[in-house]
Amino acid sequence: MPSLAIVERGRVSLAYVTHENQSANGNGAIFRAGTPQRGGRITLFEPPPVDAVAVEERAAALGKRSIKKSAKVAGLKLAVAMMDLTTLEGKDTPGKVRQMCQKALRPLEGDDTIGPCAAVCVYPNLVPVAKAALAGSSVKVASVATAFPSGQSPLSVKLEDTRRAVELGADEIDMVIDRGAMLAGDYAKVFDEIAATKEACGQAHLKVILETGELGSYDVVRKASELAIAAGADFIKTSTGKIQPAATPAVTLVMLEAIRDHYYATGRRIGMKPAGGVRTAKQCLQYLVLVKETLGDAWLTPDLFRFGASALLNDVLMQLEKERTGSYQASDDFSKD
Amino acid sequence: MAEKKVRTETATADALPRSAETALLKPWDTQKPRVSVAKAYKMFVNGAFVRSESGRYFQVKGQKEKDDAVVVDVDPDPETVNIPRGSRKDVRDAVLAAKNALGGWQKRTAFNRSQILYRLAEVMESRKAELVQSLVRSGVPDVAAVREVEASIDRAVFYAGFADKYFSLLASQNPVAGPHFTFSIPEPMGVIGVVAPERPSLLGLVSTVLPVVTGGNTCVALASTTDPRTAILWSECIATSDMPGGVVNVLTGFPKELCPPLAKHREVIGIDAWLVDADLRKAIETDGADNVKRVKTHVPMDIEAWLDERKGQGLGWIERFLETKTVWHPVGV
Repeated sequence: MPSLAIVERGRVSLAYVTHENQSANGNGAIFRAGTPQRGGRITLFEPPPVDAVAVEERAAALGKRSIKKSAKVAGLKLAVAMMDLTTLEGKDTPGKVRQMCQKALRPLEGDDTIGPCAAVCVYPNLVPVAKAALAGSSVKVASVATAFPSGQSPLSVKLEDTRRAVELGADEIDMVIDRGAMLAGDYAKVFDEIAATKEACGQAHLKVILETGELGSYDVVRKASELAIAAGADFIKTSTGKIQPAATPAVTLVMLEAIRDHYYATGRRIGMKPAGGVRTAKQCLQYLVLVKETLGDAWLTPDLFRFGASALLNDVLMQLEKERTGSYQASDDFSKD
Repeated sequence: MAEKKVRTETATADALPRSAETALLKPWDTQKPRVSVAKAYKMFVNGAFVRSESGRYFQVKGQKEKDDAVVVDVDPDPETVNIPRGSRKDVRDAVLAAKNALGGWQKRTAFNRSQILYRLAEVMESRKAELVQSLVRSGVPDVAAVREVEASIDRAVFYAGFADKYFSLLASQNPVAGPHFTFSIPEPMGVIGVVAPERPSLLGLVSTVLPVVTGGNTCVALASTTDPRTAILWSECIATSDMPGGVVNVLTGFPKELCPPLAKHREVIGIDAWLVDADLRKAIETDGADNVKRVKTHVPMDIEAWLDERKGQGLGWIERFLETKTVWHPVGV
């Protein structure tokens, strides 16, 4: 069933939300978030149950395609253009971020047909450094915000975090949802936080990290995807990269299907970003197949599909060089950004 | 198949009354013919036995042992053995495994490497009969097979002993003019490709692979094409000898097909190839130049030379795939 959210003056109303698993929180079939606005529409979150076996089967089947030669090269080049080069470590320095930005601008020295990457993803403090390093280029600066990676802070702190990151120059904000609230069945809180963060983002694009590894089941992932989409996400993203398992083809497929159903219902295109766990060129081609088969060619663009990765780029470059030269490459020959 | 089943059922019915307990009470029928379990010979990559990625096989002809011989490995058809025919991608996978195993293997203490190599000798000794039988099946005369297996085991012991000694023998303090002293320290190079000689199929493989790993390198070895089965048996010895997965990888197949990707692979930093085919040796040298590999190509020695303790083993064998790092240190400041 299509989901609709009504956002008026930044205040989100969400009424008569039904929960398919009624015994989970014991509060019956209907619960409310906020007060229904006068004239507000009723929103029903009734995601179809996800058949876990079928989803895994389909994701695995789509991962078996053999993509060779020119199609492989085209796919890998597209993957580079879709990549959010990411460094989210306590030890990040301005130097490391600058180096990564150079890599995003020109991933492979000596071949300017490859890249640039879509964005770099850093902590808010390093946004100005990345912004300066990427000035004048098409590469966006994404920043994580909202008490990344746990999301366990008061909303005011999260919103402040978001506003600061935007002020510092972030073009895109990667927020985390409150998984605790999601699992406790407090969907209203999750929804309201996403909607408030979307407002705090202003012009910046919002990517909502569901952290699927902590959500427990595909049903919850599907529900969280619909919540995030309804609350105003521009992108939904699988993981922070700090929790295992991170992105898997199956969980990505569940999220892609939520995007597809939303598109059918509303005509609005939501982006997808698997992050963490995509390490090899082969895997990233499999993800591209998933996207093409689920959403079609319209999504095969950096505007609607991204890879969040740090180790992936070098493997893709190694495969591209392998295709060009005919010999397998050594990982030491590629710069560690 | 159906016939057999009927026969068994009748036998049981005759012996005992039908009841739920029949299966448990049934006396062991020693006369019952049994289908022996045939072994699928597989390549050894990353500590696991794998078929070729390509799914291809080639057949190796063998000889049945004499009727009076004690058979330790009951192969239903020793005269024709199916061996995986490795492909370019198997080389790729093996090199990746070797590359990933490199860090852990280098970090182990020399003494621990020594222990593992000695353990390999122990396992080879316990499977000596099987190794001998495999060589005999490949056409080696009985006496020569025993000699080759014993020499191989001794070679493993030799390198086990050398694992924590080569360092002191190759490292040095060097006198220099000026207020410095320098140390030269041998270090492993990385992933080494080994193309083992056709004969001796076991001793040749053991003698080329062990010095490489003794020095802290990991290796991708291409087994003899005439007798890959013995190489696979030896891989089973490695698999049970505490050697971490990926340190020794053994591929089977044709050198003409597998040498070029191995020589071109930029992750492979050295190659030790024992080949009769001069064109192939030349090709390996040319391909290896791309990332300035240390390429050693040889015309295979005769079997007596491999058995010879002065020619088939030694410190020099370890040294061939080591780099020397020299550290300068100021003194008298």
